[in-house]
Formats: sequence, structure tokens, C-alpha cells
Amino acid sequence: MASSIRVRAIANGDVTEVQTLIQHPMDSGFIKTDKGDFIPAHYITELTFEHNGKPVFIADWGTAVSKDPYVKFAFKGAAKGDDLKVSWIDNKGESDAATFKVQ
Amino acid sequence: MTVLDSAPSITRRLVLRGAGSITLASLGIVAMPLPGALATANDKYPEDAFKQKNDKEAIKLLYGRTAEASDKIKLDAPEIAENGAVVPISVSTSLADVTSVAFVVPENPNVLAAYYKIPQGTLPNIANRLKMAKTTNVIVLVEAGGKLYSATKEVKVTVGGCGG
Repeated sequence: MASSIRVRAIANGDVTEVQTLIQHPMDSGFIKTDKGDFIPAHYITELTFEHNGKPVFIADWGTAVSKDPYVKFAFKGAAKGDDLKVSWIDNKGESDAATFKVQ
Repeated sequence: MTVLDSAPSITRRLVLRGAGSITLASLGIVAMPLPGALATANDKYPEDAFKQKNDKEAIKLLYGRTAEASDKIKLDAPEIAENGAVVPISVSTSLADVTSVAFVVPENPNVLAAYYKIPQGTLPNIANRLKMAKTTNVIVLVEAGGKLYSATKEVKVTVGGCGG
């Protein structure tokens, strides 16, 4: 199965910029179907980025993050070729994780 | 496959969290932590704050204090968002020692949208995409050096992003 996580981590000197896209419905629980039933809430609650086993960015999300979420941040101390581990868990207990190389 | 991949990190976080609380408890430091201290010291998902319908309540639950407006925070958001389902919002700040950043949309059903923990070495520059139900201010909160700062910008929403 293809990963739900797409990451581009580019090191420029000491600073690594990380752009992430995740495939996820991010259903808020406030939207109705054509039949008038609410679509149950289904959203990512925690997204963690780890470099050398140390967390460099932790996102706690609620229902207001857009479908197929995008997030960008930057951190110091990584070199090209380092591993960046990205993992998420949602409100239904589903999860995914993947490791990316800093470019 | 997906479950196997993520299992080790979750277990490890739980173990670390458990070990941390035992250490603190054994030292007698955390007898009755204040709500604010608990929210900042604990890396647990702030579930109660994410359920709040009022922006002031959510901020109080998340940080245990009120924010002070700061011109050192740059909040970038569109003047007019045609599609409230996807509103690009970013923040950067020249404040030092930033430990967390939170986005609050007061007119949304759940006002707290996102809460980001910034460990040392991570820059306080974040971009993300949020849903907005209607025209309202977006509030960004920046916790820096143990204090809480905020910046606000109004975004006009043409088509709301929360359905209905």
C-alpha cells in the first residue's frame, strides 16, 4: 500500500525545510451527506516528526485542519542523507508512518 | 503494514511519558499541577481544548492564561478566502525561545484548529491550511520564553468550509 505521507525535506546550510502532504479525509463531523446524515468525525489528532529519534515538530490537530493536510516547518541540525521519521494517528486509532531522507 | 510501521514510536512515547511522570512524582514536584503548567509540561493531546466552542475558553484550557498582542508575530492569511475549506495560513515570529504555536478560529464549531509544539532547534515558522466556517478573525498564539503572545487577522470567507 502506498504511504499516505509525502514529505520533502531540503537542507540548506544548517536549516532543513520540511513540507508535508498527507492523504486523509479530515472529516469534521459537521458535514451532512445528501441524505442528511452527518459524516462521522474522522481526523488526524497527532502528527510527529523525528530526526535521529528526537522529536523536531509535533502537530496536534482538531477538526478544522483541511482535508489532505499540508504543513510546512523548518528545523536546525540535520544534514543531507539524515532520516526524518514522520508518523500520524487519528481519532479512530488509525495510523501511518514513513521515513524520509533529508535532501 | 501501516499498523506495524507506527507501533514502535507510539509504544516508546507511552513508555517515556510513563517514566517521566514517575520521576516527577517521586521527586514530589508535581503534586497538584496548575492547569497551565500541566498543559505546557505535558505532551499529551489537549483533547478538552479542541472541544471548546469559545476562543477564550480554549486558550485558557490550553495555556492557563491570556495572551498579550505582539507586533513581533507575522500572521499571513488571505484577505478574502473564496473557499473556506482550504485557507492557507502561515506564521513567523522574531520572538525568542518559542515553545508552541496555536491557531484559533473563533467562529468555527470547534475553535481550536491546530496546536504545534516547537522543540529547541525548530524555527517558529509554520504554514498550514485550515477550514473556516465564515468570515472571522484568525488568532495565532505564540508561547515564547514562558509568556503568551498573539496576533489577529480578519479573513473574509465567501463559501464556508464547515458544510451545513
